[in-house]
Amino acid sequence: MLCQQCKEKPATVHLTKYINGKKTEIHLCQECARQRSDISVFAPFTINDLLSGLLDMATPSTVMGGGEDIKCHTCGMAYSQFKKMGRVGCENCYSDFSRELEPILKRIQGGTKHTGKVPSRMGFNYRLRREIDKLRIELQKAVKIEAFEEAARLRDEIRNLEKELKRSDEGGHGV
Amino acid sequence: MSWITDSGPMRDVVISSRVRLARNISGLPFPVIMDRETALETMDKIYNGIMSSNSALVDQLKFIPMHELDPVERNILVEKHLVSSELVQRADYTGLIIDDNEEICIMLNEEDHIRLQCILAGYQLEEAWDTLDKVDDLVEENIEYSYHETLGYITSCPTNLGTGMRASVMLHLPALVHGGHINAILQTISKIGLTARGLYGEGSEALGNIFQLSNQVTLGPTEEELISNLQIVVKQITDKEKLTREAIHKANGVEFEDNIYRSLGILKYAKKLSMKEFMALLSQVRLGVSMGIIEDIDLKDIDKIMILGQSANLHSYATEQNSLETDMDIIRAEVVGRLIHG
Repeated sequence: MLCQQCKEKPATVHLTKYINGKKTEIHLCQECARQRSDISVFAPFTINDLLSGLLDMATPSTVMGGGEDIKCHTCGMAYSQFKKMGRVGCENCYSDFSRELEPILKRIQGGTKHTGKVPSRMGFNYRLRREIDKLRIELQKAVKIEAFEEAARLRDEIRNLEKELKRSDEGGHGV
Repeated sequence: MSWITDSGPMRDVVISSRVRLARNISGLPFPVIMDRETALETMDKIYNGIMSSNSALVDQLKFIPMHELDPVERNILVEKHLVSSELVQRADYTGLIIDDNEEICIMLNEEDHIRLQCILAGYQLEEAWDTLDKVDDLVEENIEYSYHETLGYITSCPTNLGTGMRASVMLHLPALVHGGHINAILQTISKIGLTARGLYGEGSEALGNIFQLSNQVTLGPTEEELISNLQIVVKQITDKEKLTREAIHKANGVEFEDNIYRSLGILKYAKKLSMKEFMALLSQVRLGVSMGIIEDIDLKDIDKIMILGQSANLHSYATEQNSLETDMDIIRAEVVGRLIHG
């Protein structure tokens, strides 16, 4: 079927309108549909709309179950409220809503573990552990591509850092 | 001074580069549920914390509570891409700390307590990240950020968790739009963790063939990985845009140049210019300048005209000139005509 308006491109948007019981069908191509103000399927929508959609999908229990709405112990925000706004009320919401949020984070984010920058106040040992984690990943990569010299160097570096971490744990400075 | 008037690398395609970090203060409710008193106290706390740090940068910073600006002044900040529209909409609760060069903007009580932003001319993503990384360290000297071992920097919206970083570039892609390649490109980038928006953010139209590309994912990869991922894509799109420009020029010859000069002619002499027409014509002229077809105009002047032709800037111009004209399209034509004549 061709688009009713331009009569050039195939119609891909099919709309049925009922006005005072009278039925009208409209068949348009993407471009012509986009130009019509009475069709709102192309209304721009924001990341929050998308997020709310995902939240509904991921947590059928709270939608169907009705009564049992969880609340954050610190700020009092309800999970249902968060679903509407797409934003949490305080840092502790993440621990109170963690069960509900985990599957969603997997879906909207690349991973569930932060590997980037660390605030300096997190202390010496925390940074050291993060550094060791990072080197372990590099070591695996080096072994995979059979870069054994590099792997040996990384292994030594990891050992040194682990020693340092042990000393620091025993010595009690740091976190 | 500022990305609008500075020169920058690869500016023929990349208008500006921006990096933003979302941060919150540990122990305080987030701005979405904050009352006004706490909001004002929080702003003072952040400002005093920053000002008492050991950095030469603080001498260049000034603090502007949003409610002290009139609506036109606020919207000029949005049009210059220095603040988000959300910051302006909640003016009674929000504020801005900005440096003299308008490169570093610290938004207070936007969606998060602190939104650090660095915006530079042309393709300078790494430079923007380096600058912002240092500003972030400076802010952290006296403010305790909310941070979680696995979730990283805690943000009000789960889409910003982890690095809290959004790196973006503003691209001018007239040839890819004209050649019909743009939709395929936009679909592809969405599959690799990037997202595209129009000139003024979420949901805005791609006026003037301008697109903003940014990382969608914030949790998992490091800041450097997110930036290099975006850089690879920007480089490829830029190369493709340039090749397509040349190909279209070659295929259409005089027709192509005629189009560009006609656009310049209308911008110079029109008495009325709607926003949409203005952006479409300016896109043609920008294309002509970037390809050396128009020689006596500089790219950064084009981008300045683009910003000064937006509505809040026009209002401000009309007020300065004591103009009684209320039709924005007429004022726009006057402003643009003057700027192009030089």
